[in-house]
Amino acid sequence: MEYTDVVMENFTCPKHVGEIEGANGIGQVGSPACGDIMKIFLKINDDGVIEDASFKTFGCGAAVASSSMATDMIIGKTIEEAGKFKNSDVVDALGGLPAEKIHCSVLAAEAIQAAIEDYQKKKA
Amino acid sequence: MKRIYLDHAATTPVDPTVVETMLPFFTENFGNPSSVYTEGRTVKKSLEVARLQIAKAINADPREIYFTGSGSEADNWAIKGIAMKNQAKGKHIITTTIEHHAVLHTCEYLEKQGFEVTYLPVDEFGLISLDDLKNAIRKDTILVTIMFANNEIGTIEPIKEIGEIVKEKGIIFHTDAVQALGNVPVDVKDLNVDLLSISGHKIYGPKGIGALFIRKGVPIDNLIHGGAQERKKRAGTENTAEIMAFGKAAELASENLEKNAAHMKELRDLLIKGVMENIPQVRLNGHPEKRLPGNANFCFDYIEGESILLSLDIIGIAGSSGSACTSGSLDPSHVLLAIGLPAGVAHGSLRLTIGNHTTVEDINYVVENLIQIIDRLRKMSPINAECPIDDAVFEKASHHH
Ligand SMILES: Cc1ncc(COP(=O)(O)O)c(C=O)c1O
Ligand code: FES
Repeated sequence: MEYTDVVMENFTCPKHVGEIEGANGIGQVGSPACGDIMKIFLKINDDGVIEDASFKTFGCGAAVASSSMATDMIIGKTIEEAGKFKNSDVVDALGGLPAEKIHCSVLAAEAIQAAIEDYQKKKA
Repeated sequence: MKRIYLDHAATTPVDPTVVETMLPFFTENFGNPSSVYTEGRTVKKSLEVARLQIAKAINADPREIYFTGSGSEADNWAIKGIAMKNQAKGKHIITTTIEHHAVLHTCEYLEKQGFEVTYLPVDEFGLISLDDLKNAIRKDTILVTIMFANNEIGTIEPIKEIGEIVKEKGIIFHTDAVQALGNVPVDVKDLNVDLLSISGHKIYGPKGIGALFIRKGVPIDNLIHGGAQERKKRAGTENTAEIMAFGKAAELASENLEKNAAHMKELRDLLIKGVMENIPQVRLNGHPEKRLPGNANFCFDYIEGESILLSLDIIGIAGSSGSACTSGSLDPSHVLLAIGLPAGVAHGSLRLTIGNHTTVEDINYVVENLIQIIDRLRKMSPINAECPIDDAVFEKASHHH
């Protein structure tokens, strides 16, 4: 199994690690494949724009890299745009993932959707 | 960057003396040992030197040593060969839940062929219970196969006691000693074993060569059919160079056993102490004393094994893990599950296996860096003491299979 340089970069120096204070959308999902867990924190402003995003991940290198890349990609997006965010977007940005590691990127996409849903639920 | 290799249970570098022994058999001494002319006869003679070296290393008669293409082949041969030959007597086999896949998958295959297999459980240290074994033995039991030492957690099973129980019942006893050879004394006479598997690449020999010890008179079918090699028991033109290498490696391993084992044990204990004293929320897997001299296996709470391995690799350290994420199949190690670890804990496992050339400096470097790596990964983890793992996730994960 071989990770791309982008994956390794995002694993060794991940962006947006930790919890953001005042996060108003939090989503946590577990992978049914390997049992890993990812938690995403979003800070969404009144215009529905994601001002900040961060993550905490209990998982493999691909899962950490996916979390780092995914949070980086959705910052600045509206929740509508982020709602369309797919795991393939992360995989492409990472320069690909080994076949057995695709589910790790799914985890990132699902955690983001869960965080957006959490925000909408709280708002409603 | 200097590399620190701590995965000797996976494989070992070939000893330079062993390489030297092996090379002429590719060139000057290339003959086929089955040929009647000089080129063949000299090589045939050399093979007998290697066979004697292996025999001495395990206190067997050279006529009880049969070379195979790997440790896996030796396991396959022992189990399938005994099952096929003795099925009229019975179709029941006893093994354990922590065997290497070469044994486990062979047993599962035989189950599909109509054999019945009892998988003995192990305790939290990885030891089987002799009472469980006694209770599992039936009238139709034809084979007991229990590993000498476990490749993941390093636990050493009570082979001699098992051998006594099995012998008394007149059942055939096989042990996979692939991890034991070169690490602990292996004496087939003392141990009451009928069949024993070993492999070259775990003892500073080459990959793709192994051997099966078959005690004289043990009724076994062939696995590889064809020519008359290995006294008509294992067909295929002999892998002459690697057999010579394996013989030399076994000789060196038994000559230096005490020295090597003492060296590994000292460093292993240093590593275990360093990790246990400096890193919180860690457990040692396997038995505190009955373990291979070079094996250390830990579980770090709240983090995952592959991310530990990648972090170690970046700073020059090679290790392994039983985490689901590193397994390719996304199943956590069957051994860690068998000792009772929840899948979530097995997730954070790290195996470091020391070799003859590992140094104190290597161990100190590993401990220092591991402290930081574990700390960094824990800070990244969504779970901790206050926010424990949601077991539901892992339940879901195991149902998935
Ligand atoms: C306990 C045990 N049995 C069998 C094997 C298989 O040996 P080989 O790699 O020579 O097929 C190994 C090593 O991978 C092992 O550790
Ligand atoms: S998160 Fe477990 S394999 Fe990637």
